[in-house]
Amino acid sequence: MSAEVKTGAAAEAVGEAPDRDGFGPWFSRAVLRNGPLGGLIALVVVMAVLSRDFLNGQNLLNVGVQASVTAILAFGVTFVIVSAGIDLSVGSVAALSATVVAWAASNEGLPVVVAVLLGLAVGAAAGLLSGALVAYGKLPAFIATLAMLSVGRGLALVISGGSPIAFPASISKLGDTLGGWLPVPVLVMIVMGLIAALILARTYTGRAMFAIGGNEEAARLSGIHVKRRKLVIYALSGLFAAVAGIVLAARLTSAQPQAATGYELDAIAAVVIGGASLSGGSGKASGTLIGALILAVLRNGLNLLSVSAFWQQVATGLVIALAVLLDTLRRRSAR
Amino acid sequence: MTGVNDDVPGGRELLRVEGVTKSFPGVRALDGVDMSLRAGEVHVLLGENGAGKSTLIKMLSGAHRPDDGRILADGGQDGSHDGLHEVHIRSAQDAERLGIATIYQEFNLVPGLTVAENIFLGRQPLTALGLVDKKAMRARAAELLERVRLDVSPNTPVAELGIARLQMVEIAKALSLEARILIMDEPTAVLTSEEVDTLFGLVRELRESGVGIIFITHHLEEIGALGDRVTVLRDGRSVDEVPASTDEDELIRLMVGRDIAEQYPRQRPEEPGAPLLRVRGLTRNGPKGLPVFQDVGFEVRAGEVVGLAGLVGAGRTEVARAIFGVDAYDAGAVEIDGTELARGDVRAAMRAGLGLVPEDRKGQGLVLDASLQDNLTLARLDRDTRGGLVDRGAQRREAARVAGQLKVRMSGLGQSARTLSGGNQQKIVIGKWLLTDTRLLILDEPTRGIDVGAKVEIYQLINELTAAGKAVLMISSDLPEVLGMSDRVLVMSQGRLAGELPAAEATQDAVMELALQAAPDDTTNHDESAMEGSDVR
Repeated sequence: MSAEVKTGAAAEAVGEAPDRDGFGPWFSRAVLRNGPLGGLIALVVVMAVLSRDFLNGQNLLNVGVQASVTAILAFGVTFVIVSAGIDLSVGSVAALSATVVAWAASNEGLPVVVAVLLGLAVGAAAGLLSGALVAYGKLPAFIATLAMLSVGRGLALVISGGSPIAFPASISKLGDTLGGWLPVPVLVMIVMGLIAALILARTYTGRAMFAIGGNEEAARLSGIHVKRRKLVIYALSGLFAAVAGIVLAARLTSAQPQAATGYELDAIAAVVIGGASLSGGSGKASGTLIGALILAVLRNGLNLLSVSAFWQQVATGLVIALAVLLDTLRRRSAR
Repeated sequence: MTGVNDDVPGGRELLRVEGVTKSFPGVRALDGVDMSLRAGEVHVLLGENGAGKSTLIKMLSGAHRPDDGRILADGGQDGSHDGLHEVHIRSAQDAERLGIATIYQEFNLVPGLTVAENIFLGRQPLTALGLVDKKAMRARAAELLERVRLDVSPNTPVAELGIARLQMVEIAKALSLEARILIMDEPTAVLTSEEVDTLFGLVRELRESGVGIIFITHHLEEIGALGDRVTVLRDGRSVDEVPASTDEDELIRLMVGRDIAEQYPRQRPEEPGAPLLRVRGLTRNGPKGLPVFQDVGFEVRAGEVVGLAGLVGAGRTEVARAIFGVDAYDAGAVEIDGTELARGDVRAAMRAGLGLVPEDRKGQGLVLDASLQDNLTLARLDRDTRGGLVDRGAQRREAARVAGQLKVRMSGLGQSARTLSGGNQQKIVIGKWLLTDTRLLILDEPTRGIDVGAKVEIYQLINELTAAGKAVLMISSDLPEVLGMSDRVLVMSQGRLAGELPAAEATQDAVMELALQAAPDDTTNHDESAMEGSDVR
């Protein structure tokens, strides 16, 4: 019954356009109109002005590499957030999957292909388990995936005995460059981004994500098997986390059980900066990519400017708040 | 047309709206609206959805500001009473200071707090130490509850109350603010006829005590029963002000700007077709051993409209949900064409040709922020998926076809469902089932909160469906609608099927007699408020 008793005036007000009385200079207008992309461009312009080294081709590719792991994680988290859930476990699942790959290939001597498939399967299985806890166990997604965050990290430590395992040389190539200039992580990020965009826009599960996130009851009454879809959604998130974990380990040439700690927060931030709503029903792969790039540009630029790591954290937090604030304003004025 | 002439009932003028205009991006919501309200008057605001009623009352309650025009009120911001002068209502607090209280359709109550806490939310009486004086608060709440004749303890959490009682709590809250102007937005839309009587009694008392009441309703028969004057809005303009005794046809003509030939254009079939749906002995046990519904059995034939009448809480919605596979049931069977349906399986019900338009359009029928195209094609998502990919082109074509057929007033298929008027939203929910092979459409309160024009369009659609050999099971608390549109009327009372009436014998009295019938074994003493609560999702 709580649905019926809501704060009427407040709920109504959201649907209305605010009275507009001159909204700042053209610059903020341009940013407002173009949302996250405008924000990214503005940030790039600022960094290019402040640092000569920023617009250098090699540096830009570096930004891409830095964004890649966050972006791939964030694509998976986008699915979950669009369906009005949350996935806190992706950092741990990434580390667990990478550890499984390294353990299977280096310690057990399995063929690399088998090891990678095993790693991906473990990621998907971890997601599936979270999904089952959410869909059938009726646990809040926050709690189910918080549990998986701990379990995943723990299992990675158990399997590795707490120390890094060397990554097989053949997959470590994933961390290299193609043709001597294109970093493979960037390529993987683009491919995973295209897959995520296709899933969201054109598959049954993707369309169901928007319906479930927008109104779960309406989705159910329209014949969508909500519980089964949730399993698939969380499994996809786990699968994307596994890919991210393998890319990260390839860059580091070893699977480290403590890798990707805290990355789930970057991933969630990227999704939200990209314009998705945490209450579900909206989100785009392109927005998520932009969100991840904004975070990477910011860190890279601040490094170039020799800003201390401590202040970088402060700046990152401010940018997250600002990005979401601008996006909220943009949506309201667009209605 | 500002209503200053003195041949109208009521006393001193409390409020006057002059030439008020308000635009939103792309829409002129109000365009030179005039209206006046006197003390001791019930002033009905009448208009189709989208005519500007909501915008106008939001302006009076401080949620919107006019672009142009003036609002005049008796008494200043300081509470003095020195005649009309211009006021600027910038916030809910400004409205409160002017003695304006608004009761919205969606209540402003906090479910987890008690009745007393809700009434005095933000204005709790304090003790000398600055703590909430619970004793005083409860005592004052009890007085107010007595005034609105609501028999609940001030300590009851509002989450335990049904809609009718929530509304009374809202009124008590308005009384506690000593409101001199009370705005009620469709207060009767969700009430049973008994509850409406109680509400009317209370409104009349408030009128006697000199409160000016702005009353919004879609039920024309309520206007003569309660109102004094009527201001009719159409397309954002106040087209006329007439006495409440004006006859209904004239009111409809003013409201829609044309004549509506017939309110219930049901074309009854010569003879019904083969049985499509058969429900046998359907029973679901409730939490405390009380049945939610018990031994419900009936038949719906092809080409038929079967009405399901009864009081709110009689179990009608629950039966519909059980048939459609949303909720499981404990005993009985649902058969389509003689084949039994699996319990609690919406997809199986859909495959068998069932569709459900739920009672709560926004909460259960629509994905409000999704596009019209996505909403219309939601129930056929799997059939539009080929080789793993959704055929968006086919979705667009199908959605455009049905939106055209239903004459949905929209800017395009990409528009979000939230921005449509109630009637057009309902067309989208119904349209969803026209895009699947639905042969039996269950409509739960299909015209609740919808204006007359859209209602007739929905009735015509029902005719088209049955003419094509499909069937409709229609739950409705609007008795004239049930009687006007059904070929047969089933009446539920306290979870049981109390009786069945063919169209020729179905009168308001006959239906109400069945609806009020007590259960055969009177030991199952239903707690009415709990039943109400269970109907409010």
